Amino acid sequence: MTDQHQAAIDVRNVVKKFGNFTALENVSLTIRDNEFFTLLGPSGCGKTTLLRSIAGFEQVTDGEIQLFGDDIADLPPNKRPINTVFQNYALFPHMSILENIMFGVEMRGNDKAVARTRAGEMLELVQLSQFAQRKPSQLSGGQQQRVALARALAPQPRVLLLDEPLSALDLKLRKAMQLELKAMQRETGITFIFVTHDQEEALTMSDRIAVMSDGKVQQLGGARDIYETPDNVFVADFIGETNLLKITVDQIIDGRAHCQLGGGHKLTCNEVQGIGVGTQVHLSVRPERLFLSTQPFEEESMAATVIENIYVGTDVQSIVQLNDGPKMTIRTQNSELGNKAVFDLGTNVFVSMEAGAARLLHG
Amino acid sequence: MAGANIKSGIATDTYAKERYWLLLPSWAVLLIFIVVPVAIMMVYSFLTKEFRGGVIWEFSMAAYDQFFFDRGLFGDEPAKIEWTYLNIYWRSIWQAGLATIFSLAIGFPTAYFIATRDAKVRPIWVFLITIPYWVNLLIRTVSMKFLLRDNGPLNSFLQMLEVIEEPLHIINTNLAVQLGLFYSYLPFMVLPIYAAIERYNFSLSEAAADLYASKWQTLRYVILPTVKPGVIAGCILVFVPSMGAFLAPDLLGGAKNFMIGSLIEEQFKGNAGNWPFGAAASMILLTMVLIILMVFSRQQSKAQEA
Ligand SMILES: Nc1ncnc2c1ncn2[C@@H]1O[C@H](COP(=O)(O)OP(=O)(O)OP(=O)(O)O)[C@@H](O)[C@H]1O
Ligand SMILES: [Mg+2]
Repeated sequence: MTDQHQAAIDVRNVVKKFGNFTALENVSLTIRDNEFFTLLGPSGCGKTTLLRSIAGFEQVTDGEIQLFGDDIADLPPNKRPINTVFQNYALFPHMSILENIMFGVEMRGNDKAVARTRAGEMLELVQLSQFAQRKPSQLSGGQQQRVALARALAPQPRVLLLDEPLSALDLKLRKAMQLELKAMQRETGITFIFVTHDQEEALTMSDRIAVMSDGKVQQLGGARDIYETPDNVFVADFIGETNLLKITVDQIIDGRAHCQLGGGHKLTCNEVQGIGVGTQVHLSVRPERLFLSTQPFEEESMAATVIENIYVGTDVQSIVQLNDGPKMTIRTQNSELGNKAVFDLGTNVFVSMEAGAARLLHG
Repeated sequence: MAGANIKSGIATDTYAKERYWLLLPSWAVLLIFIVVPVAIMMVYSFLTKEFRGGVIWEFSMAAYDQFFFDRGLFGDEPAKIEWTYLNIYWRSIWQAGLATIFSLAIGFPTAYFIATRDAKVRPIWVFLITIPYWVNLLIRTVSMKFLLRDNGPLNSFLQMLEVIEEPLHIINTNLAVQLGLFYSYLPFMVLPIYAAIERYNFSLSEAAADLYASKWQTLRYVILPTVKPGVIAGCILVFVPSMGAFLAPDLLGGAKNFMIGSLIEEQFKGNAGNWPFGAAASMILLTMVLIILMVFSRQQSKAQEA
């Protein structure tokens, strides 16, 4: 009962078809009130389609979307207490910045004076007060983006939809805006549904993330869940970097799966439900959870040869070739200590992993 | 300082030397087809009329005097205002204005409809709109007269459906003139508005709906202001030729619904004409249209600043 109360948006078995193309395939997810929720996925996976369905611009083919417990299928976009920050901003070109921000407040039935006060507050919040009288075309991309945000926040919606609002910004402004958005969400208490295809952005900003591909939700969870315990190969591969290795499960003893890697290398990791003995599955292990040494660190350390060292600022990325096996990537932090674990090309080394770092995956 | 000046001048001065030569064809066209004819007309309006049409090359204000003042049958009474022609002009203005409003009311939804079709079928719709205009205007207007007659197809059809018992008298009324003008100039309304709506970014309508605007509010506050240049162009393109139209008023409106175009046309027809008077009437029409357009654009730019 209390859980029901907390749901801002409840998407239930939603299917959306364009002709005979299925853009959303049985999507179900619950977005809690006051949550910073992110839809993350590659281009064309249906993020915008889902957002547009929530906003009311698309009629779903099947399923139901509830807003605070009520089915909103018959509610047109202008009757939904939901505002959108559009991917292309969609600012009204013939109105000043102030008028743009006043628009939604006025259309909600407030009079001009109220709208003007409210718009003034919003302009202050996004630090654009001095541009109130300008037209959108006289602002930079980043400023327009902030106007779009202010315009969507001004009518005090219950849910704010943001469709890749930062994609046009340079890295520095983007980072700053990420923090600003996050702070704004916390201050206003409005539920944010944020769309991005940038996994780093998703990880830093979100309370929870839904990873999507091909019109399906692949995994839903907090940033840490998704990064550390991906449910399937797609999620492991899409979020961050990982070593994906084809393996066979030899035997399962006491909840530990003993696996065969090519070339006689052996690994043990935690058992995963539904993966039985003899099946060919994938194993995922993050590069930063592997390390190299000249002597075997443990029984399961695998012999390999360094074939590449790539300097990437904070880390060094080493690529090694397992003897008679696949290649693996190892990330070593660039510190005094870490440098001792980076070896010249051609060095014979042993690859070891932190306990619990390896994960068996379906698919 | 000098450097800054040079820099800011670059964009416009690239073709500084060639500019006048490059613009020559445009200037020539404007000169030959607009300035010269208007000048000829102006000169003729100040000449003396010859009784069998044509002019005597002698300066005279008689044409303008005839237009504005009534000096009795023999021209010896004290001057009173002549209302005959002013009334015709007044009627022309409101007929043209009404036709413009009418065309806008039908033309805007039509243009909107076409612009919101699939990009592949839009040219077909535009083509359909223009098909009737492949036929000469005179023939179309005569056909319209035939259609609207008391015993014409429209009345027969309505009587057959038993919508009406007695035939509707449409011909020789203002309504007939309106229908004629509307039909003559509708594409001039539809096409510029269509061009404007086609360029309109429909995500702005979604943004408006997202911000709680109803369909009408979206039309009123977002779509109309953005496509306004197209609407203004359409209104001018319908209003101006409607003012000077003579086929529709002549053929459909009859003698009672005389408009400026017919008045001017009469002056140049056969032996009864009066060339200087026709030229003067044209000059007055031209001046009036210019004044109306200027007032209009004044208000536009004022509204823009506000
Ligand atoms: N109106 C439409 N008609 C037909 N297909 C559509 C329509 N809108 C979207 N699609 C298809 O649905 C799929 C999902 O589109 P959507 O815009 O939701 O992707 P997205 O996840 O937002 O991608 P991106 O990150 O590139 O914005 C795409 O394959 C797209 O081609
Ligand atoms: Mg998208």
